[in-house]
Amino acid sequence: MNLMSLQRQMTRAVMMPLTPREGMRRVSSNGRSMRAIAAAFIKPNDRLTSFDRLEIYNRQYWFRILSSLAEDFPGLRAVLGDSRFDLLAQAYLSARPSRSFTLRNLGSRLEGWLRKYPTCAGSRLKLALDMVRLEWAHIEAFDGKAELPLTAEDLVGADPSKLRLRLQPYIQLLDLRHPVDDLLLEFRNDRNTTFASNAFEELRKRKRLRAIARLKPTAIFLAVHRLDFSLYFRRLLREEFIILTQLRAGETLRRAVESAFRESSIAVAERPSCVQHWFQTWATLGWFCQADKNEIPSQIRIREDNEI
Amino acid sequence: MPANAFNNFTEYGIGIGLRSPHYHHILTRKPVVDWFEIISENFMIDGGRPLRILDQILEQYKVVQHGVSMYFGSAESANREHLRRLKELVRRTKTPWLTDHLCWGSVDGRYTHDLLPMPYTFEAAKITAQKIREVRDFLEVPIAVENVSSYAEFHVSEMTEWEFLTEVVERANCGILLDVNNIYVSSQNHNFNPSTYISEIPASRVAQIHIAGHSKYRKYILDTHDHPVIDPVWELYAQAIQRAGHTATLLEWDDSIPSFQEVHDEALKANKFLATESLAAAV
Repeated sequence: MNLMSLQRQMTRAVMMPLTPREGMRRVSSNGRSMRAIAAAFIKPNDRLTSFDRLEIYNRQYWFRILSSLAEDFPGLRAVLGDSRFDLLAQAYLSARPSRSFTLRNLGSRLEGWLRKYPTCAGSRLKLALDMVRLEWAHIEAFDGKAELPLTAEDLVGADPSKLRLRLQPYIQLLDLRHPVDDLLLEFRNDRNTTFASNAFEELRKRKRLRAIARLKPTAIFLAVHRLDFSLYFRRLLREEFIILTQLRAGETLRRAVESAFRESSIAVAERPSCVQHWFQTWATLGWFCQADKNEIPSQIRIREDNEI
Repeated sequence: MPANAFNNFTEYGIGIGLRSPHYHHILTRKPVVDWFEIISENFMIDGGRPLRILDQILEQYKVVQHGVSMYFGSAESANREHLRRLKELVRRTKTPWLTDHLCWGSVDGRYTHDLLPMPYTFEAAKITAQKIREVRDFLEVPIAVENVSSYAEFHVSEMTEWEFLTEVVERANCGILLDVNNIYVSSQNHNFNPSTYISEIPASRVAQIHIAGHSKYRKYILDTHDHPVIDPVWELYAQAIQRAGHTATLLEWDDSIPSFQEVHDEALKANKFLATESLAAAV
């Protein structure tokens, strides 16, 4: 057996889902005995069979990636409950094994996978999708690139019909159907309270269930951003969201603002002061950086209500 | 003074792994520590707090990079994105040498995120050494490879683990990061004499030494890095120092991490062995 064949053989075994009792399966996906497969390439010793030795790696693999995913998506776990989350995590990681050298990217394909296999989220699909998007945005914003912020001098004499402002790469813009930002903050605050007792854990679970039950679908627009290296959620008006997404797509300042007010309920007389206030806030937060002249504008749309 | 071509940093002394529970203590109290080892992958990112903290650490301390996913022993070629990001980090930290494991963990672009054991074959040694050379040429920094703990051995193996390690480092002309805890763990799991391992490897290639704790189960030992170093591992460390001379030493503590002081105190126990070796060398 050459190196590549051995590594493929072992990878197949290591990535095989565990039994409900967290052991290695007795039969492979193509019906072969795992004892025979293990014995064919792994030596036994005086205490462990070939199967036992391979099982150590099989268990380590799943324990590592499941705990990593759970750590990255505590909100999704709370929304789905422990059992459903565990099933979802195993199904997702079986279908989409890591293709990155870093565990940081383990959840990068979770939203797309969940849209393809919606039954995995049960009756809370829309809420689960919102939470996945928020938690992935959190990861992206945490260690995303920051460039030098734009200064007032950079804008002197700029023509709004030609000016293309660029958003900091770390800023994540989300249009969501549920106020999952509040929910996630509540869960995180709750998690920071540490009492080591089963009774307290039960109380915490019931509290979470009540919070989820109380949550009513409400469209929100959100920026996940950083300030002094700490992460924040900032709610946006629909018009703010459109301007920012249009700017990110490479539109000019004038076209971005025009798009934002096309179906706006903000009175025409108030719009200039609104825009001025928004831009002041965004500039104070350091959200703009030098425009990339090579960026090509693309169409941005807002998700329809019935779209998943 | 450098001991040899692969151990150019004898003055590095005793370091500990830089771990997030200790960030606040290190940045506010500024304790005296010879050097910190960072896990490269934790900082191969585009921005944010981790890089800010790393920059603050770099202002005051010496840092050496240690990787966990280069997978020198994987049959597939190195991931270009990984290499690009690693090189960026090497430029940032100016690490004097770089370490990763003598293992594999990915195949056909799928990652296990584990340090899987090598089959000890000449084919594997050749492929691994070639990749180490390629990575070193790309990164332009000396490389040392670490022996891993293992729980399985393969029928196809043609030599012992220490013979395989020697074969790889000689072919690649690189250094060794000798993990004496891993030698102990594997010796218990595979019934070999750990002292023989240390006696047989080319001591002149030992660029760095790792010490750590582990967890003992009924039928095997797991390399968990969540306990103090046990006496038999200290004895192996003494033997390694006796053979390799004064060598940069690093304590790993990655789970159930105690206070900074507790970790540092545990690491500093190595001083006793380093001092004995210095005395012996002087005599």
